Amino acid sequence: MTEAIDLLFNTSLWAAVLRIATPLIFGVLGALLCERAGVLNLGIEGIMTMGAMTGWLAVYLGLPLWLGLVVAASSGAVMGLLHATLTVPLGLSQHVSGLGITLFASALAAYLYRLIVEVGDLPPTIEPFRPIDVPFLSDIPILGPVLFGQAAPTYVALAAVIVVAYMLARTPVGLAIRMTGENPHAVEAQGLNPIRIRIGAVVAGSALMAVGGSFLTMAAFDSFFPGMVQGRGWICIALVVFASWRPGKALLGALLFAFFDAYQLRLQTVVDGVPYQLFLMAPYVLSILALIFVARRAEVPASLMVPYRRGER
Amino acid sequence: MRLERRTHTPLYIVVLAPLIAVLAALILAAGLIVAAGVNPLTAYGEMLRGALGSRLSITEMLTRATPLIFTGLAAAVAFRAKLWNIGGEGQFFMGALVTAWIGHSLGVPGWLGVPMLLLASMAAGAALLAGPAFLRLRFGVDEVVTTLLLNFIVLLFVGLMIEGPLRDPLAFGWPSSVPVDNAFRLPDLVPRTRLHIGFIFAVIAAATVWLVLSRTVFGAETRAAGLNADAAAFAGISLPRTIMGVALLSGALAGLAGSVEVMGVTAGVTTTMSPGFGYAGIVVAMLAALHPAGVVAAAIFVATVFVGADAMSRATGVPSFIADVIVALCLLTMIVALLFTTYRVRR
Repeated sequence: MTEAIDLLFNTSLWAAVLRIATPLIFGVLGALLCERAGVLNLGIEGIMTMGAMTGWLAVYLGLPLWLGLVVAASSGAVMGLLHATLTVPLGLSQHVSGLGITLFASALAAYLYRLIVEVGDLPPTIEPFRPIDVPFLSDIPILGPVLFGQAAPTYVALAAVIVVAYMLARTPVGLAIRMTGENPHAVEAQGLNPIRIRIGAVVAGSALMAVGGSFLTMAAFDSFFPGMVQGRGWICIALVVFASWRPGKALLGALLFAFFDAYQLRLQTVVDGVPYQLFLMAPYVLSILALIFVARRAEVPASLMVPYRRGER
Repeated sequence: MRLERRTHTPLYIVVLAPLIAVLAALILAAGLIVAAGVNPLTAYGEMLRGALGSRLSITEMLTRATPLIFTGLAAAVAFRAKLWNIGGEGQFFMGALVTAWIGHSLGVPGWLGVPMLLLASMAAGAALLAGPAFLRLRFGVDEVVTTLLLNFIVLLFVGLMIEGPLRDPLAFGWPSSVPVDNAFRLPDLVPRTRLHIGFIFAVIAAATVWLVLSRTVFGAETRAAGLNADAAAFAGISLPRTIMGVALLSGALAGLAGSVEVMGVTAGVTTTMSPGFGYAGIVVAMLAALHPAGVVAAAIFVATVFVGADAMSRATGVPSFIADVIVALCLLTMIVALLFTTYRVRR
């Protein structure tokens, strides 16, 4: 038992929390952006897979890591545009279209990977983002290695939380997005185009999701395999609800979640006689519990999943 | 150009929609086959030959279609009531696990044991979906996310069981559960092939679901709940009861898929025994426009793509993932095609 508590005082645990949280932060921000504009994007699982593949592939084919992130974001934006086209101007079921995007993007990523990359006994690897030690700051005891010894995209993720939070709360674009999620008719009355706003939000949100996926192959790990996203996208969808559609709370949710995930991984090594699968189940079980816990007081955007057709009520 | 709601949908449009959707998906996927340096017509020819070219390949394709009919029915029943059961994969595995678990040491003759195992798997699948349905009705928790997350939980649970209490000591390599007793293996439909009478069970299930949906009060209530929940409640239909009923039926059907696959094909349970039967069931249901009879046809089409792609991949070198791409594209093109069965374009 003391061993289980000792783990909590290990800096490597807390450094791992930020690392594990990074793809979730990108994913949950992306999903949040789509949903604040009124579109549920269940394509997230596939879009993250697509980002993981395209970002990795770009670097594998010789591009620098930062351009790899751009390629990943672009591939996510393309998938987002597809989802947006089907659900916004055409007004198709956001549930079914999103699942279709997930199936399509996952399959396409696996197909293109197999087509371009010769697969031998071991999957090929790239030189990924390494943890960077911020000069001086990383020498601070305990806090230093946790906060200032992360891979570069982790800092991008934290910055993205601030940017998205500021954009939604304080800028005209943010106001337009939030209004479209609540009442698109009012947006139209203001002389804005709710269709365009929704498409823009879904495209931008999907780009964020794909960058989250690319962290898996370009920082956390150095190769790609189909199915490596392992439900992280679905967990992000649950985290958006848990966060009541607020970026700040979304960051907290992602960190809390990553903490449990990092802790269960380490707990496996000190607890004997418990099957490891029970530990692996914890993240999924926690997501369901989180949903139940907040469901009653969730402040859902009023027009989430309500298609907007001009002149139709 | 704008969309205008149709007051009446002619039958030919209903029948043409899935055919046009499939054609569009095949044309889009052809681009990817060209990217692999292969003539798409050659590739599709190889696929047809691989799935329908011989007696053996046809039986193999129908074997693959059998669980897809069950999972397709499960999705169709649920989606009709706008209950988004995406947990077919998890319910499949629960049905499979329960069948192997009980069927390993059940000391009764086959004619009694097989129905018992089918019922047990139905109960397991139904129970697994009852949870998310309850959470939606009681707390308003979206069932899409809960059923999806349950898929991962169930797969880990299956792994836990087949590496632990249900481990087959005689299995080499990959862990597998203990097999069902030979008395409960389903007889072959065609001698010396893998096709088993489970296919007949699947067709009977489709016919039964059709009857239930079109000829019973429960079926009418399901449809009403899906078309307009408020109006249904106003007409005195108990929405919670209907949704729960739909959940039990849908979960039971997906559970049956796993049970029949174990008794008919695999005997034991492995974590790799499903190439995504649960998820493909969603595509099958949509291609069928949620109609039980259409499910059988759509399942045969999807099975043709999967079995044919394996053979085509061996012959031409196009990665067999193309099957997943085609099936996913079919889902996307089908929902667009369905739009044009309810709306038409006006200038």
